Amino acid sequence: MSEREEPRVGVYVCHCGTNIAGVVDVEEVAKAAQALPGVVVAKHTMYACSEATQREIINDVQQEKLNRVVVAACSPKMHEPTFRAALERAGLNKYLFEMANIREQDSWVHKDGHKATEKAKDLVRMAVARARLLRAYEERELPVGERVLVVGGGIAGIQAALDLADSGYKVFLVEKEPFIGGHMAQLDKTFPTLDCSTCILAPKMAEVARHKNITLLTNAEVTEVTGFVGNFKVKVRQKARFVTSECTACNECVPVCPVAVPDEFNMGLGLRKAIYKSLPQAVPAEYAIDIENCLNKPNLLVCEKCLEACSPKAIDFEQPREKELELAVDTVIIAIGADPYDPSKGQDYGYGKYENVITTIDFERIIAPTGPTNGKLLRPSDLGKPQRIAFIQCVGSRIANPELVGNPYCSGICCMVSIKQALLIREKLPEAEITIYYIDIRAKGKGFEEMYRRARLAGIRFIKGLPAEVLENDDGSLTLVGENILLGELYEHRHDLVILSVGLEARKESEKVQKLLGVARSSDGFFAEKHPKLEPVDTATTGIFLAGAAESPKDIRESSTQAKAAASRAARLMKEGKIRIEALTAEVREEMCVACGICESVCPFNAIHVDGTSKVTEAACQGCGVCAASCPVGAITMHNFTDEQILAQVEAALAERPEEKAIVFTCNWCSYAGADMAGTSRLEYDPSVRLIRLMCSGRLNPKFVLRAFELGAAGVLVTGCHPGECHYQSGNYRALSRFQLLQGLLRSLGIAEERFGLEWVSAAEGERFSQVVNAFADRLRRLRAAPEEQEMVEVH
Amino acid sequence: MLELSSKELQRAVEELSGQKVFACYQCGKCSASCPFAAEMDLTPRQVLEYIMDGRVEVLNSNTIWICASCFSCMARCPNGIDISKVMEALRQLLLRSGRDQLDLLKIPEADLKEIPQIAFIAGARKLIG
Repeated sequence: MSEREEPRVGVYVCHCGTNIAGVVDVEEVAKAAQALPGVVVAKHTMYACSEATQREIINDVQQEKLNRVVVAACSPKMHEPTFRAALERAGLNKYLFEMANIREQDSWVHKDGHKATEKAKDLVRMAVARARLLRAYEERELPVGERVLVVGGGIAGIQAALDLADSGYKVFLVEKEPFIGGHMAQLDKTFPTLDCSTCILAPKMAEVARHKNITLLTNAEVTEVTGFVGNFKVKVRQKARFVTSECTACNECVPVCPVAVPDEFNMGLGLRKAIYKSLPQAVPAEYAIDIENCLNKPNLLVCEKCLEACSPKAIDFEQPREKELELAVDTVIIAIGADPYDPSKGQDYGYGKYENVITTIDFERIIAPTGPTNGKLLRPSDLGKPQRIAFIQCVGSRIANPELVGNPYCSGICCMVSIKQALLIREKLPEAEITIYYIDIRAKGKGFEEMYRRARLAGIRFIKGLPAEVLENDDGSLTLVGENILLGELYEHRHDLVILSVGLEARKESEKVQKLLGVARSSDGFFAEKHPKLEPVDTATTGIFLAGAAESPKDIRESSTQAKAAASRAARLMKEGKIRIEALTAEVREEMCVACGICESVCPFNAIHVDGTSKVTEAACQGCGVCAASCPVGAITMHNFTDEQILAQVEAALAERPEEKAIVFTCNWCSYAGADMAGTSRLEYDPSVRLIRLMCSGRLNPKFVLRAFELGAAGVLVTGCHPGECHYQSGNYRALSRFQLLQGLLRSLGIAEERFGLEWVSAAEGERFSQVVNAFADRLRRLRAAPEEQEMVEVH
Repeated sequence: MLELSSKELQRAVEELSGQKVFACYQCGKCSASCPFAAEMDLTPRQVLEYIMDGRVEVLNSNTIWICASCFSCMARCPNGIDISKVMEALRQLLLRSGRDQLDLLKIPEADLKEIPQIAFIAGARKLIG
């Protein structure tokens, strides 16, 4: 289609059953659309996404010679791909399509049918105005090779790495500890089958070590990631092991090492040497030297006892302490796992103060044959055999009180962990009294309920009602004070050993990894999936996937399942060998460019350079639009998000009664998705707002804001990702500095500063989105109600 | 007893206390934290269950008068419910209908000399509408 061709727009307004039509008068919206300039066809339809309607659209395109299509229905995040595909079937370029989101942004968040209908008409008018200016683009293809980075060597990372390596892909598995295996290596037995954890894990670990397609990097951390799918550049810092592959794991070095430090693998319950391995079956099989605690300090002290003892001469103190590696990979799998909740943070039940109060993960090391007691069930204070053992559930979990330390969610694994451990105790100490204090037992999973029943039949007492506190007695025993809520009676029970059943929380390193990879986390701290149901292992960034407890608390089976899913998603991309990338790049109009170099300095991706005039490296450009918003002469056009298109939306939104409306600019990744979340959660907010989607808040050109105020908008609210969470690394900081500059400008123009706002909203924060919008709308309403006061403020 | 429906009781308690009673998941930590729970006919947890179940007879419970507002329950509640405020709301429901729990004139002279001033005032505040 030539650019000069007169736009012929078709508009389709969806009922979505009663989802939209139950609130919005869709007939009236379609009728209003018919009157808009350029609209040739305007219809309403029960389900726009149905094959029948898609065929009708295709038919209209061909019969009525439509060259633009607008569908007013759900969020484009839901069905934009569906309709774009329909356009392609009709022989129309897919970029000539626009969606008006009258469900998530309208019928699901407003109850007043009249206001919702008026808003729907505005949203359609905005979409048509934008559609008239849409252009066709060809998508570029990027090559995707066969190399994958797996971050984290726990069971999820191992499973993903093996599946990919077996399929012929080249895997780099990066683990920050000297040995792989993660938390699973610490466990004695696994639920619900009670098979030995190491027995099923060790063969997998060994396979990782010998697989020709896996490069295992232990003692290593990712320090930098740049690039994009098919072209990630990764820097890895690897600490020296000081033991070479000559090591035969003969163990001669360990007895001679004079150092003894608390063993983190055994949760500090035992000691280890400075030369050590976590488990006899550890992978890599070579020992590792913990150089921080090793006595051999060059120029200071020379302890070479291990060196002398080592017959294969595998110890090398000459290794540089650190080296930096650079990897090029095509896809990334995040499998960094989770941390067990640490009850000493909230001083729960005297953990850290009373020796005989331990956690379930501590207990795993106590009963594991490879642990500090060689599997003998002894209590820490006096190494005596405990006879009365208590488990307390939900420690640090299900805490919705902001005054307390803990997490609001249920980890879903701790009930089964306690039941399993109770059964293990029953095997070792048939006479012991075992009590599990709980609120709800969550035993959903294959074989879980059966195991719960087995525990009850084995005489394990389940008492409903959590203790309020644990008191220590002189003999080291502990008194639990609580209410048996089924009896409605208070109890004071004595136990020899108290085991706190702790949940999982996001790894301490999550924030760092998030910033390295530019992916989002949900409010619980875990990594956010692209769609909670339909894309559970993808992130919003193409080519980066999630496996295991990094995404949410999981048991071994779930971690394996997700790891295998992530491996298959990554393989699907890499097998194709190429990927089509949305045509959302920047384009420089060279005749206008003054070669000032500002675009080059603001581009987070190194994708634009001055060479005579500015030139865009298309393969590197991510389409954020920060350059276009920064260009002082307006020489940069963002494909599919041009200044003209955005201004047309602003003008259409304010065509009627602008003084009652606020424009909300959202970024595609966080705040727009946050608004969708408000929609799916049916969180009502003020109907006066009109959203305009940008790819990034950094795309916000000040002229968009000025135009809105020029047309008499009540207010303008800019929203984007939280600082540090920008999908384009730093676009939201650009938005912030532009916001501050604009504030000053608006003040000098006599526009009350309350009319211009900036807020951060993440994709998961539907509730926050509605609160932010309501607060802004309230602010505008108060301002309208008391205009004199506003003038007074301005005078001072 | 006050003429209240279940819904009215629940609404009044939430309004007077400002607390989300229905957030309670019955863990029992409040009862276990309460220094006077053994003296009460309903444990603090049961008081919440009674309200959620719409049982107006909760107003007959001695628990609401025994509660000393020490806030131990609130400090441990995983759902952030200030149970002392719930108890106060229940007391207020009765006191505002003109049913004082204490007649100051009936306190024997001898006791009056013994009772610390602060306890006297606190008692008056808690037990008189």
